[in-house]
Amino acid sequence: MPTDTSALDLILRADPALVGIVRLSLLVSLSAVVLAALIGIPLGALIALTRFPGRNGAIVLLNALMGLPPVVVGLLVYLMLSRSGPLGSWGILFTPQAMIIAQSILVMPIVAALARQTIEDLWEEYRDELAALNVGPVRRIFTLIYDARFSLLTALLAGFGRAAAEVGAVIIVGGNIDGFTRTMTTAIALETSKGDLPLAIGLGMVLISLVIVVNALAWGARRASERYAG
Amino acid sequence: MLTRRILIALTAAAFIAGAPAFAQDKSIVVSSTTSTQDSGLFGHLLPLFKKKTGIDVKVVSQGTGQALDTGRRGDADVVFVHARGQEEKFVADGFGVKRYPVMYNDFVLIGPKSDPAGVKGTKDIVAALKTIKSKNAAFISRGDKSGTHSAELNLWKVAGIDIAADKGPWYKEIGQGMGAALNTASASNAYVLADRGTWLSFKNRGELDIVVEGDNRLFNQYGVILVNPAKHANVKKSEGQAFIDWIVSPEGQKAIADYKINGQQLFFPNATAQGV
Repeated sequence: MPTDTSALDLILRADPALVGIVRLSLLVSLSAVVLAALIGIPLGALIALTRFPGRNGAIVLLNALMGLPPVVVGLLVYLMLSRSGPLGSWGILFTPQAMIIAQSILVMPIVAALARQTIEDLWEEYRDELAALNVGPVRRIFTLIYDARFSLLTALLAGFGRAAAEVGAVIIVGGNIDGFTRTMTTAIALETSKGDLPLAIGLGMVLISLVIVVNALAWGARRASERYAG
Repeated sequence: MLTRRILIALTAAAFIAGAPAFAQDKSIVVSSTTSTQDSGLFGHLLPLFKKKTGIDVKVVSQGTGQALDTGRRGDADVVFVHARGQEEKFVADGFGVKRYPVMYNDFVLIGPKSDPAGVKGTKDIVAALKTIKSKNAAFISRGDKSGTHSAELNLWKVAGIDIAADKGPWYKEIGQGMGAALNTASASNAYVLADRGTWLSFKNRGELDIVVEGDNRLFNQYGVILVNPAKHANVKKSEGQAFIDWIVSPEGQKAIADYKINGQQLFFPNATAQGV
């Protein structure tokens, strides 16, 4: 990215490098959220609706993992995916796939912990009704997830915010390669290290705007779907 | 479920749109130092190499210590760094095939214009460091095992100062890259050793300026090494070697010499020099 232009210029000219970075950031973070949702929501529902020894410990652990340090997750994924690591034969270190994996690990506990709380609260409310209707355990899970969908959307947005904002994990497993694994956050870190603070701030503004746009789209979708559902 | 469906559809669309970015055509990974990246040298060289050979070079820029470690783990095809001792050890340990000298630039001592240690304009870097130490003037060290950090530690040694034992609150190791060290020095009006390339392209200078330069002990040699395919079978030997052959060829060397910022040449090719 040329450094002798202002961030505003880059945006107004729809600079191809900037567009690529924005697209990669969205691709990585949204993919990570979808992966995290596919694992985290069923996991949260399972913990909410079942009783097993060590359940309280599992809940505390899940809640604590919401605060996983990105740089530690990045380092662990790096060691796994390195050619000298157990998954080295995959050959995906320093690729967007590696970045998606790292961010999924960061986001999954957030989705699972919030889903667990939401579904457990809903279960308290619906327990008698569902018992009276004699609904089986699998149907029960699906019914509760469906009814909690709007609250779960907020959990997904929290996860997306986490993914879009972090730099520690993606810079380690992605390598901040120009045109290939450079995201908004790693580009900001790079411009800061080059001492181009105005460009770094400008990119930061772009990132914040993007996160607002994604949240607005989600809010609009929720509104539309509420009307649709009556 | 409409919202989830929309989200999934959006992501699927993003995946499809992003698919070309995932395609693996001819490419190599080069682990290099922050100085080559932050100075903009790679931005100048790589398009020329790509045009000539069609090979994409993906640069992961780290400190020299970390860049060599990335090579040691087999996560890069080529390492391009500046710490001759560490490079020779890397080859001797069997992780690299052969070290080729590529180019040099020099280190400069950067400090505040107010010059609290009174060393501005002198030519003797060792004397300047002794003065800074005796006056307890603020000094920022990279502290990250990078090539620049190694060079700094070596200069303290030449000055007869055991910096690990003698450092005080005036000496701060920040454990970060060259740009971060310059940002810190700029914010705290401290002295800092920097490579000239990063300094020339650095924008947030504040009250900083060059205070000592031109001492031949500030010479900074870069070398390039192919990671040993015998250690890591995944190393792209022919593409990696093609990059090395190009960068030490007259054409690659000229491209290095041609890179200038504000009319100033940043790196001086010397692939044919002996014993550097």
